[in-house]
Amino acid sequence: MVSVTLLVMDYRGSRLNSLRSLLAFAVYPLQSLASLPVDSFESLSNTVISYVELQKENRRLKEMQLVNDARLLKLAALEKENIRLRVLLENSFQLGEQVLVTELLSVKLVPYEHTVVVNKGSRFGVHAKQPVLDANGIVGQVIRALPNSSEVMLITDPDHAIPVEVNRNGLRTIAFGTGQPNRLHLPFLANNADVVPGDLLVTSGLGGGFPAGYPVAVVDKFESRPDKSFANIYATPKAQLEKSREFLIVWSDSTPVVLGEHAKQQAPETTESPNAAP
Amino acid sequence: MPHPNSLAVVYFIVTVAAAMVLRVMSIWPGLDPFNPDWIVLVLIYWAIALPERFGVFAAWSVGLLADVLTGRLLGQYALIYALIAYFSIKEHRRLRQFPLIQQCVFVFFCLLGSQSIIFGMESMQAGNRLSLEYWYPVLTGTLMWPLVFSVLRYIRVVARIV
Repeated sequence: MVSVTLLVMDYRGSRLNSLRSLLAFAVYPLQSLASLPVDSFESLSNTVISYVELQKENRRLKEMQLVNDARLLKLAALEKENIRLRVLLENSFQLGEQVLVTELLSVKLVPYEHTVVVNKGSRFGVHAKQPVLDANGIVGQVIRALPNSSEVMLITDPDHAIPVEVNRNGLRTIAFGTGQPNRLHLPFLANNADVVPGDLLVTSGLGGGFPAGYPVAVVDKFESRPDKSFANIYATPKAQLEKSREFLIVWSDSTPVVLGEHAKQQAPETTESPNAAP
Repeated sequence: MPHPNSLAVVYFIVTVAAAMVLRVMSIWPGLDPFNPDWIVLVLIYWAIALPERFGVFAAWSVGLLADVLTGRLLGQYALIYALIAYFSIKEHRRLRQFPLIQQCVFVFFCLLGSQSIIFGMESMQAGNRLSLEYWYPVLTGTLMWPLVFSVLRYIRVVARIV
């Protein structure tokens, strides 16, 4: 009886969040423990990496840094220009976004869902519905923030949908997860839609969940179905969902978020937010 | 030195914790769909071996922790584990006499029942199309029962818990 009551209460509302947080304190060490073998293997392979390889990697990273710096120079100019144009159009524009670097715990909650656990939680100000990125694109969103960890639903989860637009022509649609790793499905585009394999899909910012303009996926298959009203389009996520171990949790709200003291040591890179309210 | 039986709780907690770690551990990504519900196996063992110490409420508490561990609705595993513990305790005399194969059949039906309840609840929450892979843990869990049984019996005999 108690279980059923709990089930209904948890489904309907958020009143049980405190109980869940409390229990999470007991459970978190177990998750860390389960994550330990993979983590220690990673750190071991990091330790025994050869000097030559490190040097090579260092050189590669330096080159990449140089390229990125050059791009950033241009980006700053473009950003300013964009703001100026938006002011001309009397559009308000919020640019600044705050991010928090978080690391993956190698645990698998349930095999039939694409959900991962990361090691930063509500103690760092993480809350549900926050978008999560990696270096290449959108990873997913936080579905539940516990004190020490949070659960992130990946965009490939069959229950996940994300509003996207085609970067080339601004065509808007919704991308669904398929449950297969590295596959997204776009079921709501007409057979004559202007989409070709290779098109980049970026977040459209509609719905308010995800900030606009982040890469999500690349279209890899367009299958027109003359007998149906919609085409079958599949895309591959840009983010390295299977490989990345470090993710960024993004605060895209206009209100600045106060981070805990420990979070500051972890150096959350805050991009400055030029405010362009007219 | 305290009587071994007073340490039963410690052994119980340690084995359940180990089962929970195994439950969420992901060593080889390809094997994840086959990872059985180790917690149920450990619970069934303790329910059969020590029915007078280990009750439905303990199973229910473990289930609540399992809910948080795996990010399910609170109370889902609690309900299932309490039911399984209830049946195991009710039938523990008969189950103890069973040969290992027959116990496997009992474990199979426990796992099948629990997986079906989860299936129902997950389908209620979302239009999640669960594939055939969803049912694999029932099979692997049944195959793992002899292993869990002998390991836990070894622990119990060494620790002299009666």
